[in-house]
Amino acid sequence: MSYQTTIGGKVCRFDDLKTLLAKASPFRTGDALAGLCAESYEERVAAQIALADVSLKVFLTELVIPYESDEVTRLIVDNHNVAAFSLISHLTVGELRDWLLMDETTTSTVKSIEAGLTPEMVAAVSKIMRNQDLIAVAKKCEVVTKFRNTIGLKGHFATRLQPNHPTDDPKGVAASIIEGLLYGSGDACIGINPATDSPSHVMSLLRMIDQLRQQFDIPIQSCVLSHITTTLELINKNKEAPVDLCFQSIGGSELTNTSFGISLALIEEAYLATLSLNRGTIGENVMYFETGQGSALSANAHHGVDQQTCEARAYAIARKFKPLLVNSVVGFIGPEYLYDGKQIIRAALEDHFCAKLLGLPMGVDVCYTNHAEADQDDMDNLMTLLGVAGCNFIMGIPGSDDIMLNYQSTSFHDALYLRKVLGLKAAPEFEAWLTKQGIVDAKGQLTSTNQVDLYNHFGSLWIK
Amino acid sequence: MDKVIKDMPNADGPLNPLKEFTAARIGIGRTGTSIPTKQSLAFKLAHAHARDAVYSRLSIDLLSENIKQFNLPVIVLHSKAGDRAEYLQRPDLGRKLKKSSVNQLKEHASDYDVSIIIADGLSASAINENVIGLLHALIPLFMAAKLKLAPICFVEQGRVAVSDKIAHLLSAKLSIILIGERPGLSSADSIGAYLTYDPKPGLTDESRNCISNIRPQGLPFKPAAEKIFYLVQEAFRMRLSGVGLKDNQGLIGH
Repeated sequence: MSYQTTIGGKVCRFDDLKTLLAKASPFRTGDALAGLCAESYEERVAAQIALADVSLKVFLTELVIPYESDEVTRLIVDNHNVAAFSLISHLTVGELRDWLLMDETTTSTVKSIEAGLTPEMVAAVSKIMRNQDLIAVAKKCEVVTKFRNTIGLKGHFATRLQPNHPTDDPKGVAASIIEGLLYGSGDACIGINPATDSPSHVMSLLRMIDQLRQQFDIPIQSCVLSHITTTLELINKNKEAPVDLCFQSIGGSELTNTSFGISLALIEEAYLATLSLNRGTIGENVMYFETGQGSALSANAHHGVDQQTCEARAYAIARKFKPLLVNSVVGFIGPEYLYDGKQIIRAALEDHFCAKLLGLPMGVDVCYTNHAEADQDDMDNLMTLLGVAGCNFIMGIPGSDDIMLNYQSTSFHDALYLRKVLGLKAAPEFEAWLTKQGIVDAKGQLTSTNQVDLYNHFGSLWIK
Repeated sequence: MDKVIKDMPNADGPLNPLKEFTAARIGIGRTGTSIPTKQSLAFKLAHAHARDAVYSRLSIDLLSENIKQFNLPVIVLHSKAGDRAEYLQRPDLGRKLKKSSVNQLKEHASDYDVSIIIADGLSASAINENVIGLLHALIPLFMAAKLKLAPICFVEQGRVAVSDKIAHLLSAKLSIILIGERPGLSSADSIGAYLTYDPKPGLTDESRNCISNIRPQGLPFKPAAEKIFYLVQEAFRMRLSGVGLKDNQGLIGH
């Protein structure tokens, strides 16, 4: 089906829905690289005007990637909730935007349509929204998940403590963990990107964190971000394996996931295996997914669909498995997909908005590489915007410099800044632990005198 | 009003003892909840070095002068990426050769064993600082093994896969591209070496072997050259490169 609008007597035509979505996307280098973006400023706005008039029902019949050839499409179509959709089925994309922004549309009304929305509908409405719209609507959403603590409550803001080390040296990793905990970081999880994917390596890191957690009775969860097959193998070999969370990167098309070496069936198998360990104390959200715009194009698996729509499609996979955490590693992919601070910030706000609207516990790795036109000031802007938008978590990395993955993200200090200026608190169980340990005072502020004592308490017991 | 308190945050912070275990930026202290001035500026300086490296240019005159000692001709080529901005946004153009460069290479075609290609990649300064040292260690190994070397090619705005086209046009059996790696905050001078047997356009990464982090403080020139030479010998013996070419002597990798 083709779409069109008339601008000053000139008819602008778009051959199909995926073309319309791509041309309506705010400019980013990845869509230009794929040859999908609008040819002019006018064509982009014309596409947005045409898109605003498309009925949401169209998204259920005109599929951007065919049902027969893509299991992500099948998941989206087969899991669509008609009853929830009936509340909004009479709306166009433009009317959905207006409805989402209405004062009468509250946290609970947004929640009630969640299962009726498809990723493509959500991507479409994001394309006609300004940054402030993305923030205002995301802030209405509350997505709460639990394992050993509670993440995503309004007024709270968590961090994944990311203590990476170039050779996975346990003492090097431990040093960053201790420092992070003493800076109040780690409530989302302690999550290590391993330098190598060997099962024994992964197991020794998991054991180390588990020992620390039990010794100091910390209400947190850990994750080593190895390939899902490695995690599955660890669980299958040892039912006592200290695997709290099962990690995997996911993309928005079957081909993208094939390039990652995964399928929906494999994720399902790993999900059930991780659940069977029964390690959560207050909840059963055991999955941790990472995503990021550009992965489908990078795998040459985008089917002519723009990178933001591909990204939103990945969220359909995430929501099937009730994850504890999802995050978009937004600026990691490089300038050929997101060129500069402006594009990275826009993409992060889109990802956070789309995921929240689809009911996901979304965090963002606020980050950039050294060949992107971005710096720490852009990250300050983005993390502040995300804090306002009610983002569930960001990363906590020593001095924001990841010495293993060689990119820059957010520091332990950054999270404290955000909690302070926006009056946000850590996850309640973790906050209580920090207070009990004397790491923060009754007001949640880092105590100034205790760090040396605390270091001795932790370090002497554990690192030497 | 009293003078403001000059509260010097302990620049190294109370967590300093942890620093012996990792190069991560721990123990940097805090002022309020923010990073102290000295540490904040140190980070900015590291980023500035990385940014300068991304925008650095190959010092081709100086490098060519130094290469004369190896008695090999030098050819200067350019990819289809016109400038750095285009290079960063269009990796596909960095993998292709400009038409004039294609014509240049045709004049030099002959049956070579090895084509050495030097490209700026994401850090020309890595090449400017370290490639001569690496060639010093590497070329004598090739000479001793009586391998026939093609002219040394420089490529401006080049990506790894540009080596396929170059070596193919020169009719070389094997290509080695030495390329500036993406700068990190701790180092902006790393060279990566990618080796491809039977190079021709259309190959992908699984056809190559890579040795990375070549720099004096990373993988030094001599062991780097030995690893490359080992791989070259194995590639000629097995007539392949990439995933099928394994590290049987524990020489590849960390």
